[in-house]
Amino acid sequence: MNSTVMQEIDNTYNDPARRAELVVGGNDFATLTDKVCSLVERPQPPREWYIALAVSSSLTLVMFAMIGYLILTGVGVWGLNIPVAWGWAIVNFVFWVGIGHAGTLISAILFLFRQKWRTSINRFAEAMTIFAVCCAGIFPGIHVGRVWVTYWLAPYPNQMQMWPNFRSPLLWDVFAVSTYAIVSVMFWYVGMIPDLATLRDRAKTKTRKIFYGLAALGWRGSHRHWHRHECAYLILAALATPLVLSVHSVVSFDFAVAQLPGWHSTIFPPYFVAGAIFSGFAMVITLIVPARKFFGLKEIVTLRHLENMCKIILLTGSIVGYSYAIEFFIAWYGGNPNETFAFINRAFGPYAWAYWTMISCNVIAPQVFWFKKFRTTPWMMLIVAIFVNIGMWFERFVIVVTSLSRDYLPSSWGYYSPTWVDILTFAGSFGLFFTLFLFFLRFLPMIAMAEVKTVMPQASLLYGKHRGVGDYHGDIPHAHEPKYWGEKT
Amino acid sequence: MNREMSVEEKTLYGFLVEFESAESLREACAKVRDAGYTKWDAHSPLPLHGMDEAMGIRPTILPYFVLIAGLAGLGGAILLQWWTNAHDYPFMISGKPFFSLPANIPIVFELTVLLSAIAAVVSIFALNGLPQWNHPLFSHERFQRATTDRFFIVVEADDPQFDREKTQTFLNALGGAAVDAVEVR
Repeated sequence: MNSTVMQEIDNTYNDPARRAELVVGGNDFATLTDKVCSLVERPQPPREWYIALAVSSSLTLVMFAMIGYLILTGVGVWGLNIPVAWGWAIVNFVFWVGIGHAGTLISAILFLFRQKWRTSINRFAEAMTIFAVCCAGIFPGIHVGRVWVTYWLAPYPNQMQMWPNFRSPLLWDVFAVSTYAIVSVMFWYVGMIPDLATLRDRAKTKTRKIFYGLAALGWRGSHRHWHRHECAYLILAALATPLVLSVHSVVSFDFAVAQLPGWHSTIFPPYFVAGAIFSGFAMVITLIVPARKFFGLKEIVTLRHLENMCKIILLTGSIVGYSYAIEFFIAWYGGNPNETFAFINRAFGPYAWAYWTMISCNVIAPQVFWFKKFRTTPWMMLIVAIFVNIGMWFERFVIVVTSLSRDYLPSSWGYYSPTWVDILTFAGSFGLFFTLFLFFLRFLPMIAMAEVKTVMPQASLLYGKHRGVGDYHGDIPHAHEPKYWGEKT
Repeated sequence: MNREMSVEEKTLYGFLVEFESAESLREACAKVRDAGYTKWDAHSPLPLHGMDEAMGIRPTILPYFVLIAGLAGLGGAILLQWWTNAHDYPFMISGKPFFSLPANIPIVFELTVLLSAIAAVVSIFALNGLPQWNHPLFSHERFQRATTDRFFIVVEADDPQFDREKTQTFLNALGGAAVDAVEVR
């Protein structure tokens, strides 16, 4: 099929008598597999892939150069000062960790909620999670000053009788983010084994046979294996669900346990989690809208999938907007003059430009998703998603910098601006993110084929009998249905 | 049975039956289960609901391993924090108690989740016998589609009830597309 002439197929209707199909275009198992695998199996990636890789890998090199420069010279090359001792490093860290959250939300929370539309996008979003966490991990790592002794954060019995302080949120962060990274990678890989086996069985060249053969670990679709696989996958989803909520809550503790006005706030954990999911979904849209167009995946990642993500963006964006409002309310209602000042200063002080950028991008921009036209037109949602990404970066910037730059004593006020090293390191982290992503698109199945097959009508017991009535695809029939199997006479 | 036959049986891994749809596989599986075979398996490109009943698979013990690991993570995290910060080298930080559960909860939670998740993943591999990079089925050409769009039943020659002719006749009657012998390689 030629992807360039494919039309957008509308399955965004909300007719209760007729469930929208999750995979459109009359695909069956074989055509679905062909379409997904062809992205990996084509001998040469498209020219655009090489151009994108050249740009992103150069940026990655810039980042490593900046890190080298930082380590050789010291953190003075950054714009940090007193009072703003936490600058872009922590802003970027929180930004990247937040980006990751949509992946785990799609793969774990929506899995537990039996949201079948997740299957077309979960592999993609989980990959995004892992790469975003890689980028996030770099910033606190290089921010500690003496990077060659970061292993002191680990609780191991050393000759100095030195233990880490377990009552510090910064150490909680180490545990939370590394647990998150490990669990995400395992979840991703376990879900991918059946698809790697598909690629192995279709492989034509020796290199591919060896690579996918090793990666698939000898998976052969045995039902005794599927049984344990499904059980473990459910458990991993159940474990990852509170993990998603905890990781960004722990990140927010870095701020919330401080006494600084503007940070010392009990609303931070839920507010950070909502913001993380908000920015994460925006990043999924930013990546998947071009990817489904370039790789001809419009039948698998349909408009309905995109529309659902837009609805989540609208919801979480509204939660974020509510949080901004309630912070102001508490600052006034709490009657603490320092708190009141911190918030007035955010909106009208020297960083008002950042504050209003944040408000316009995060609160106002996603409100257009109330209109179906915006939720179902890919280029429109792409623009909004990019606004949200920008806005969420500014949100972290506003929280970190405005609070630090003007605390209790006017004598200790300051102004923070980044240096070229800050800017290039942040740009370079995007390079790393996209480099990893491009390799993922080229070498791994970007759609969870085995999972998408389970939500196709062909997987259903009722396929051919009650097709089109209700939403039984892949389900056990209802109690009133006749038993087709396992019935002893 | 003559002597030649038993030699041949040693090189036979089992019989492979191919099906085109999930439902026919499920129906056939119930028949194989009722016929009393024990060393057999069904292969499909996706997990099918209702197969556990159709094949008579009992629930896996995997969740218990996860529970044990989770409890180990929980206990280990409490012990670690108490040992390091309250016992071995007490840290006095802003007048907080040396050991207090609320401040230790984040680490307890993270380590519980971490160990449970690792246990879940290790258990799949251990219980499924993976990685197993070579298997007689991989050499069978038809079987390559088991991970794409075809459904298979394999009855192994090791099965106590296995009899080359009887089993073949039984499998032929299941309604699959073809019954093939798979050799041990």
